[in-house]
Amino acid sequence: MKILTGNDLATGDVIWWTGSGWSRHVEESADVGDKGEEIAQVESAARRVNGPYVIDASKDAAGIRPAHIKDRIRALGPTVRLDLSLKPADPTVGNWVI
Amino acid sequence: MYRYDHFDQAIVDARVDEFRDQTARRLAGAMTEDQFKPLRLKNGLYLQLHAYMLRVAIPYGTLNSRQMRMLGHIARKYDRGYGHFTTRQNIQYNWIKLQDAPDILADLATVEMHAIQTSGESIRNLSSDQYAGAAADEICDPRPWAELVRQATTFHPEFSYLPRKFKIAVTASPEDRVAIRLHDIGLRLVQNDAGELGFEVYIGGGMGRTPFVAPLIRPFLPADNLFSYIEAALRVWNRWARRDNIHKQRIKILVHDMGEEEFRRQVEEEWEAILPNASDVERKELERIAAHFAPPPFETGLSDEIDRSDPDFALWVDQNVAAHKAPGYAIVNISLKPVPGIPGDATADQIDLIADLAEQYSFDDLRTTHAQNLVLPHVRKADLYAVWQKLSAAGLAEPNLDLATDIIACPGLDYCSLANARSIPIAQKIQARFIERGNVNELGELKIKISGCINACGHHHAGHIGILGVDRKGTENYQLLLGGSGAEDASLAKITGPGFDEDGIVDAVEKTTDVYLRERREGERFLDTYRRIGVEPFKEVLYG
Amino acid sequence: MAEDIIRFRDDPPHEEPVVSVDAFLDQTNATAVRIEAGEDARLLVPYLDRLALIEIDFPRFRDGRGYSSARILREAGYKGEIRASGDVLVDQMLFMRRCGFDSFAPDAPIDRAVLDAALNRYDYVYQGAADDAVPVWKLRHG
Repeated sequence: MKILTGNDLATGDVIWWTGSGWSRHVEESADVGDKGEEIAQVESAARRVNGPYVIDASKDAAGIRPAHIKDRIRALGPTVRLDLSLKPADPTVGNWVI
Repeated sequence: MYRYDHFDQAIVDARVDEFRDQTARRLAGAMTEDQFKPLRLKNGLYLQLHAYMLRVAIPYGTLNSRQMRMLGHIARKYDRGYGHFTTRQNIQYNWIKLQDAPDILADLATVEMHAIQTSGESIRNLSSDQYAGAAADEICDPRPWAELVRQATTFHPEFSYLPRKFKIAVTASPEDRVAIRLHDIGLRLVQNDAGELGFEVYIGGGMGRTPFVAPLIRPFLPADNLFSYIEAALRVWNRWARRDNIHKQRIKILVHDMGEEEFRRQVEEEWEAILPNASDVERKELERIAAHFAPPPFETGLSDEIDRSDPDFALWVDQNVAAHKAPGYAIVNISLKPVPGIPGDATADQIDLIADLAEQYSFDDLRTTHAQNLVLPHVRKADLYAVWQKLSAAGLAEPNLDLATDIIACPGLDYCSLANARSIPIAQKIQARFIERGNVNELGELKIKISGCINACGHHHAGHIGILGVDRKGTENYQLLLGGSGAEDASLAKITGPGFDEDGIVDAVEKTTDVYLRERREGERFLDTYRRIGVEPFKEVLYG
Repeated sequence: MAEDIIRFRDDPPHEEPVVSVDAFLDQTNATAVRIEAGEDARLLVPYLDRLALIEIDFPRFRDGRGYSSARILREAGYKGEIRASGDVLVDQMLFMRRCGFDSFAPDAPIDRAVLDAALNRYDYVYQGAADDAVPVWKLRHG
């Protein structure tokens, strides 16, 4: 599937397009099909996102998984500071990213 | 150290106001990201993997306790409780919000700090010798010239939209602790036969995608003409650098493409044209600046004795404490490479402790190094034990300066949007391997440097052992390089062969050091053995 | 269009159209010339007394070659109009003024209030340039 991601302009938070808005949680990502660039342009111009781009992702039992490790790190946090990740209490986070 | 007068303060305050206005216009939609990006980079603000990252300038690696406490305050108030000391003597914060950036800059301005020109295609922070003012081998303190050049290159109207970033380094010692020949301009203060001060000027060094050791463009430049000569070099580069390919725009490429002789000729010609501008700063101003760097009031009649009865303390003294030119004093190196830990990171609490130590034990003088460590430059030998105890309690006394566990690593793919691979976990695994083997001290001086991408912020080209992280078909892969040096014997590390995965690179580093242990002669460091025997014995072991 | 040009000179705007550097060096009667970003401004130095207007192009605002071109012309003694054209944005105009530009023909309109604030924000400068601002190091020593 294709999903759309970027950063929040004012805060820099990593955000994911849900189909109707932006979420900080990758599991809420929507499949944008081939509309990703179009949505990116509209949302960027409206300043609801900064620097958006389309990426490949897969959906499995665990949820939505970005294809590239870089975006998995963006989704959760630095692998060397899991205490600062979006899920500090979850011991499996490190494995999910790598 | 230098203290602002009302002119300096007015300029920095105006800058805060300007960026506040620019940020407001960006958030309100009066500017696109494309238009805003160079402006925020000129204030050290990157957009990174997790958030904005702010790089605060620590001019030529010198700061005082008040400034250090502000750095701790910023970590607490605006970030997540820690900061990262970089390979260019600055500090970075990883979790910054754009909407807070103007307030952060305003806070910094209250203690004479800023983030001016720490990123983007700007003249960046000058780097200098962390032992300045304390080392016996310097002919004088290089920092007054560093401050002079800092001011002269701040908001330079002709050179604010350069082809690429520009890095200047200055030393006054024959031993190069600053890696001057791996900078765009490297300067060494020297004296000619008449006893006049001048500079050896190296131009065209750098790491990154295409590393070069800078050639000596001018063996003696009168000290009074430092700024006009730099302007001449900048103008030749600004006018004639390639602008078609971002990877070919550094001055090192221009020097290489033109050839050293032609480049020198053009700079000298431009310098002749510039001299009538009388842009060189008068000596009176240099003297005014230099007065800020007068030696502190060292006590006399102090003991040179150190009580070594505590073995852990003795180990730390042997490794992390360097000789000071004043009798009874010593230079303390604070390791930010604990085992285990994250290279270069310090918590807000650690930052506050270090500020206190600087104030109490080092004439309120603190330094940062390009090896991501810190220095208390002027500590009485009688105080070393007390300092060590406090550092120990805070996890800042790892006795590993320049040893195998004193690994330099860029933030890498854990933090940086430019990275191809993670570098911090590799540093951690390598540290753990050496600890397991128990041979850190046996290996002696061994500078390991890791970069997570070709931009080489980890300075891997200058590592005795260098590691470069790459992306190989979507997975992280690591190349091993050997034989680099950023010291006065500057050399670029050479790649050994195909890369390794993240476990493989740790094994490769271990095997490499085993070859050294097997082959070394009396007194040889790793680098010396490598230079004597060449890369083949290592390749045999690595690739069979 | 003339009304899109921002000018900091008292003399009347020059009416003649600009010609390219190559064309200028061929002709003897042109009085206005345009320098592209990669061209050598010093080629015009022998002819500065014939020129009333030199336009320097900025194809992308990040391309800073024009700043050196303008400063070189002022160092050579040129007193006529130097105009920045192209991708010229309000946040670069202070530097351009300091390098000797005294008129601007930006591709996109400039907010005059923002420009005014930008040009008047800094009371002091650290280095000499093509303008008459006195660098701080000189002010310090009287």
